Amino acid sequence: MNLKELLEKRKTAITKKWFDTVVETYPSDTSRFLKKQKDPFDNPVGSTTLQGVEGMFDELLGNMDQEVITSFLDPIIRIRAVQAFSASKATGFIFFLKAIIRESIKDEIRQNQTDELLSIESRIDELGLIAFDIYMSCRETLFRIKAEEEKKRTFSAFERAGLIKEI
Amino acid sequence: MADDLAKPDELLSGIGHKPPKTGWMDTPVNIRKGMYCYASNPKSVDYLGLPNARQWNPMEEDWKLPENWKQILHEGFRERLDRFRSFKVFMDICVRCGACADKCHFFIGTGDPKNMPVLRAELLRSIYRNDFTLAGKLLGKVAGAREMTFDVLKEWWYYLFQCTECRRCSVFCPYGIDTAEITIMGRELLNLIGLNIDWIATPVANCYRTGNHLGIQPHAFKDMLDFFVEDVEDITGVNVEPQYNKKGADILFITPSGDVFADPGTYTCMGYLILFHYLKEKYGFDITWSTYASEGGNFGFFTSHETMKRLNSKMYAEAKRLGVKWILGGECGHMWRVINQYMDTMNGPADFMEVPVSPITGTKFENASGTKMVHIAEFTADLIKHGKLELDPSRNDNLKVTYHDSCNPSRGMGMLDEPRYVIQNACNHFYEMPANTIRENTFCCGSGAGLNAGEDMELRMTGGLPRANAVKYVHEKHGVNMLSCVCAVDRAALPALMEYWVPEVDVVGMTELVGNALILPGEKERETDLRGEPLPGMEEEE
Amino acid sequence: MNSKYMFSLAAVIVLFLLAYIGVAGIGLYGFFGIFIPYAAAFIFAVGVVYRVVDWAQSPVPFRIPSTCGQQKSLPWIKPASFDNPACNGTVLIRMILEIVLFRSLFRNMRFHFNKGNKFSYEWEKWLWLGALAFHWAFFVVVIRHLRFFTEPVPVCIQWLESLDSFFRLEFFADFVQVGLPGVFISGIVLLAAVIYLLLRRMLIPQVNYVSLAADYFPLFLIIAIAVSGIMMRYFTKVDIVGIKEFTMGLVTFHPKIPEGVGSVFYIHIFFVSVLLAYFPFSKLMHLAGIFMSPTRNLANNSRVKRHVNPWNYPVKVHTYEEYEDDFREKMIEAGLPVEKELTTNGG
Repeated sequence: MNLKELLEKRKTAITKKWFDTVVETYPSDTSRFLKKQKDPFDNPVGSTTLQGVEGMFDELLGNMDQEVITSFLDPIIRIRAVQAFSASKATGFIFFLKAIIRESIKDEIRQNQTDELLSIESRIDELGLIAFDIYMSCRETLFRIKAEEEKKRTFSAFERAGLIKEI
Repeated sequence: MADDLAKPDELLSGIGHKPPKTGWMDTPVNIRKGMYCYASNPKSVDYLGLPNARQWNPMEEDWKLPENWKQILHEGFRERLDRFRSFKVFMDICVRCGACADKCHFFIGTGDPKNMPVLRAELLRSIYRNDFTLAGKLLGKVAGAREMTFDVLKEWWYYLFQCTECRRCSVFCPYGIDTAEITIMGRELLNLIGLNIDWIATPVANCYRTGNHLGIQPHAFKDMLDFFVEDVEDITGVNVEPQYNKKGADILFITPSGDVFADPGTYTCMGYLILFHYLKEKYGFDITWSTYASEGGNFGFFTSHETMKRLNSKMYAEAKRLGVKWILGGECGHMWRVINQYMDTMNGPADFMEVPVSPITGTKFENASGTKMVHIAEFTADLIKHGKLELDPSRNDNLKVTYHDSCNPSRGMGMLDEPRYVIQNACNHFYEMPANTIRENTFCCGSGAGLNAGEDMELRMTGGLPRANAVKYVHEKHGVNMLSCVCAVDRAALPALMEYWVPEVDVVGMTELVGNALILPGEKERETDLRGEPLPGMEEEE
Repeated sequence: MNSKYMFSLAAVIVLFLLAYIGVAGIGLYGFFGIFIPYAAAFIFAVGVVYRVVDWAQSPVPFRIPSTCGQQKSLPWIKPASFDNPACNGTVLIRMILEIVLFRSLFRNMRFHFNKGNKFSYEWEKWLWLGALAFHWAFFVVVIRHLRFFTEPVPVCIQWLESLDSFFRLEFFADFVQVGLPGVFISGIVLLAAVIYLLLRRMLIPQVNYVSLAADYFPLFLIIAIAVSGIMMRYFTKVDIVGIKEFTMGLVTFHPKIPEGVGSVFYIHIFFVSVLLAYFPFSKLMHLAGIFMSPTRNLANNSRVKRHVNPWNYPVKVHTYEEYEDDFREKMIEAGLPVEKELTTNGG
């Protein structure tokens, strides 16, 4: 069995562990809420995170399609980008996966599979970089909204009405 | 190789420590940028004659409080316990069953345990027990009591301005404990020592002086409406000129100034003009706008009961001065909670007006027979039901619409079906969001109760996440691209929320949809909607 | 270990020891059998009345019901009469639904995603069920105990008893004690429900986080009451006739200490007394408070009928005259009607 097949077999356990470590970045009482509450509308943070980690894991073992990865990663990062996290905390959860995978397969891994493991780890690095890009674009959107909201709302109405004279 | 592997937990601790697992009373508040609004401008506080006007900054150690601030708070607390049974009962009877805990949009979005409604209330209750109950005095912390300190005060300020007074928690509470009521009292207390936020204080001062939150003077108010008239004429070929401050008009119209001055509320405002003109042409409808009472919203509600009353007084005063028969109210959330639950008590009785009767359908609005004020959704739904409006909903066919119930009309009034009826008659594609996110279970926009500033954007985005998440669901499932509402704060807050979470969805007021669909007598063939976007089927000709 | 519930548990153990040593050790039968129950009943009665009167003294200045359904507006729109009551009659029904069936807790209905984006409803029923079982069982137990305080025992209490012990559980009776009367369901349900509520408070993280020591104390106390009661009924031999004489003595104000009643009885009485005395000072007052909650006990009719605020006072307002004085010139210029034309000043 090659490494990919092994990981695929362990998908449930690995993504569960990954999910747990991600939500454990929240205050402990909150993280238990995030794990327990299954309703996607009453618990968007937890359900988005769960869907996201599962989807990303598939891509990691699959085609590494940028678009698909983004579709899973974006919702998670978008939430973390406005919560009480630093940039490293908001995106760093990607790298938890490395340790989780190593831990999960440490008894089975054979010498000749290290190459395969390294290649998966590079893919995880790639995920990390994508995460950082998404994080930045979220923060940029946020700052743009902050800067332009007032203008968009009021100024543009005034401008349309010709109440503001340009020099 | 297994031995030198880092454990996930170690990795985690390498990135940052989890917060200590301490009880909430022992977890100090950490005022974080993006989660609070700037302190109130002393000029505004001073203009209103409210206490302790001065420049201050919540991030600094010195909040420039009056020397005896603890005493002021203590006495203010006692006074409110004596005046409000709600406050006294809610301080006493919570059993901390936890039913409310996960009902708050701020808790769901931020994950901060102090945003659980029960804990927000405990911030005040802990002081209440210490100051006013025997058990608290004798047993202290065991009974959940603690002394007022500057740290507790900071907590009050931070978390009472992370509540939008949306009342969702009160729906699920077995005793009806209403965090909005507790937040209202808490904010009143904070105002006693000058701890308001500027996004509330300055609109209040403006509204007091000029009649509206933005401080728009009467001539500019008229200029704006004149401009809408021109715009509507360009689109429809019909002049919909309104009347202002007209004595002896049948009806006075009051709407939040956001509809006059801020996109996309301005399009809703055009909708009002179109509707009123249609009714005037067809049925001789006689309605006037007022520049004095040019604000339906009432940020006084977010300051104190007294300030709310001071601002609200203008509605009846103006109705009396103009001698109208009744008042028609525009689309606004908290304005309608004030009208429904406070106005008549505070500034009534409105015995100088008549029980509202629709001059077009003859319907007597029995449910408004005391306040003499009718909601435009009630009024329009009645018109449509009687077949008095000629609507072409296909002009909204490019829209797939869902409806966001605003907190106050839902849980402080119960107006749920009237706007739905209107919207479903004005457009052909309507989809509801999931049931636990609408009607009395509706999720707040995250920016209500005066939190709609720019500097607290992270707070607004996290608070609005549960709402946005439900919109995203209908967007993905049904292709919904328009979020409709009957609230000016929603129209101001939701576009930013959508831009961040579901950028494909835009925000619209109910009456804008009506304005698009309504066929004016003598209108030319419309090519665009009120926003200047081509109508369905007209794209080619652009 | 959580210091909050350890503290409450310790308090209940201390209370137990107090009663046990006091009765079995020192023999303070009169103190624990007569003085404490009277004192507790007195504190309970005066305390509850005091608290309710105290609440009632604060007025209800505004009509602030939480509206949980469609308002009564146009005749062709169906109102949610009970969730958004428009008159006192429907308020009454809303209150009954709330008090008898815990309507608001019942609302805890939520969606779940199944695989493939399909919805199903799931009803968050456990808190509602647990709370309902607990309160109803407690109520039945209290009513049932009235047999000790009435002579002759009213028929309705006898009915309730026979209903309550409908399931005879003979095998259980055989196992415990031959010839025992039927098992009272209410006692078992009470104990089970209160243990559920306790476990819930300890194990559900959010509830645990918001709980105070004062939330655990009554739960432990009620467990102690239930256990001591069940002990007496099914496991130790207590002299029912002697107890009835004693309790009748208490209610007729001719208290007399009975012979040969075991210390379990005194411990039971002592726990009940503590609960009664603790009641008015604690959150247990929610029993009375729910009747006085302004978000539930008022009709949403303040647009129809004026609600009067007894302390409504005049406030400083910005009048139209002041407003026009401020902006008259600009208003005239814009063609807006004004009350007073511009006065041509001499200057």
